[in-house]
Amino acid sequence: MELILTKNIHKLNSESIDVYLSGGGYRSHEKALKTMTPDQVIEEVKKSGIRGRGGAGFPMGGKWGFVPKDDSRPHYMVCNADESEPGTFKDRIIIEKDPHLLIEGIIIGSYAIRAHLAFIYIRGEYVHGYNILKKAIAETYDKGFLGKNILGTGFNLDLILHRGAGAYICGEETALMDSIEGKRGNPRLKPPFPAQIGIFKNPTNINNVETLANVPAIIEKGGEWYSKIGRANNTGTKLYCLSGHIKRPGVYELPLGIPLRELIYNHGGGMLQDDRKLKAVIPGGSSVPVLTADQVDVLMDFDSLQAAGSMLGSAGIIVMDDSVCMVKATHRITKFYAHESCGQCTPCREGTGWMEKLLRRMEAGRGENGDTELLYDVAQNILGNTICPLGDAAAMPVMSFVEKFREEFEFHISNKRCMV
Amino acid sequence: MSFSPEFERKVGDIIREYPNREAILLPLLYMIQSERGFLSKEDELYAAEKAGVSPAWIRGVVTFYTMFQGKEIGKYLIQVCTTLSCFLRGSDSILEHIKQRLGIDVGGTTPDKKFTLVTVECLGSCGTAPVMQINDDYYEDLDIEKVDEILNSLP
Repeated sequence: MELILTKNIHKLNSESIDVYLSGGGYRSHEKALKTMTPDQVIEEVKKSGIRGRGGAGFPMGGKWGFVPKDDSRPHYMVCNADESEPGTFKDRIIIEKDPHLLIEGIIIGSYAIRAHLAFIYIRGEYVHGYNILKKAIAETYDKGFLGKNILGTGFNLDLILHRGAGAYICGEETALMDSIEGKRGNPRLKPPFPAQIGIFKNPTNINNVETLANVPAIIEKGGEWYSKIGRANNTGTKLYCLSGHIKRPGVYELPLGIPLRELIYNHGGGMLQDDRKLKAVIPGGSSVPVLTADQVDVLMDFDSLQAAGSMLGSAGIIVMDDSVCMVKATHRITKFYAHESCGQCTPCREGTGWMEKLLRRMEAGRGENGDTELLYDVAQNILGNTICPLGDAAAMPVMSFVEKFREEFEFHISNKRCMV
Repeated sequence: MSFSPEFERKVGDIIREYPNREAILLPLLYMIQSERGFLSKEDELYAAEKAGVSPAWIRGVVTFYTMFQGKEIGKYLIQVCTTLSCFLRGSDSILEHIKQRLGIDVGGTTPDKKFTLVTVECLGSCGTAPVMQINDDYYEDLDIEKVDEILNSLP
């Protein structure tokens, strides 16, 4: 299989502009700026069928097309590099090992949506990645690929690297916009969508790192070429992140739609300990519903996982063997969302904390009869009742763990200890 | 409490870079924090004036983000990730070991002001779990021996 996103990462000094150029880099932005109109770029991306890699899976070309064309306001392009979903560590590889692939994608995207100022919003903890990107951006300006009159085409673009400061919610696009504006990262109600009213009240387009890193290849080889990789409506390759009880954890670039079983056993090398059995897998980062061991033949793409009652999300695959107590695992996940709730909506602010307390109590052997139902009920009352998807992200795993491993919760309550 | 002309010049640079005055806030707070080690009330007032927002706005921002320190911390800030992937690979025992070794609880600072220990929610390094961050650096694939080696090596 031809690698799109990770083809450079094993090269020596892969993060430098010279290495990127020697591998044919920055030819696509030249092609786009010199031979294509912004609308032709959007058309090519639409043809590729690529869906956003940040979690929601919205078609990228469609999103670019929403940014108004005849509008005198400034337009902004934002790259979401706030990767912080537990189980997900794919964007970091691009940021640290191939920053120019991302920058080239941002330049082409900015041209397509008629933006002259772009931002990369990088999570605060990624200090190393921040320094690498800072250097890469400076190199790009030096070569004249950023700044005024790029390649003599008359197109101007500035790129600001903006550091988050430790808040998971800022990965949600409207909270991210508030954070760029120097505010607390509180999500906004949609509509209006960022394409109409984004940062500084101007049209704004926001894409994930991995999504934008696909753009140079789509422009170089064409949308049709790209659309043949993967499966219908789920095109392209994907960076799958494998972690947990697995022999070879890491990031794997493979086409969308490969079976989860193949990822775990062929690429990931199977269970960490040979005498342990697979118990459960979270396929898309900690916010998506858990799968049981007998569901691992599911195909890893947006539609197949949805049909299986879960989500592809960020493809952060967390593998758990039979030594894991599901009550404890649920507690760990819930603790995260209780900590990261921005506090704006009551169901999420109160509900995540309530779920965490219930699970902590069960874990400590102080669970009471009816706690499992109460836990499920609280989760159900968060679901769909908040401004942003963090509420759903907190509720969905809890509901799925209770639905699929209810006996473990009940056992914990009656026996004051783990079942495993 | 004042800053060097060089610092003021850098603040001027960010103000010119951003399309909006308030938007300089996060980079400005980072700059102040790296200069001072933490953000004092006076620093917050300075930031409020530079960004053209109220002191209450700054308070809200500083307390919202976990990476802004409102009080003095140790020379080394140890952040242990305890989220699911790290937990599955044994982060609990790593955290327990560090607590015992340093004689402090999560949130505490050693009396010699060398170490501050906190837990952190997912460092995005799940493939090399368990992991901790000390100041700007990540330490991955940890076990107890490795943690001891790392802590011993810090001057």
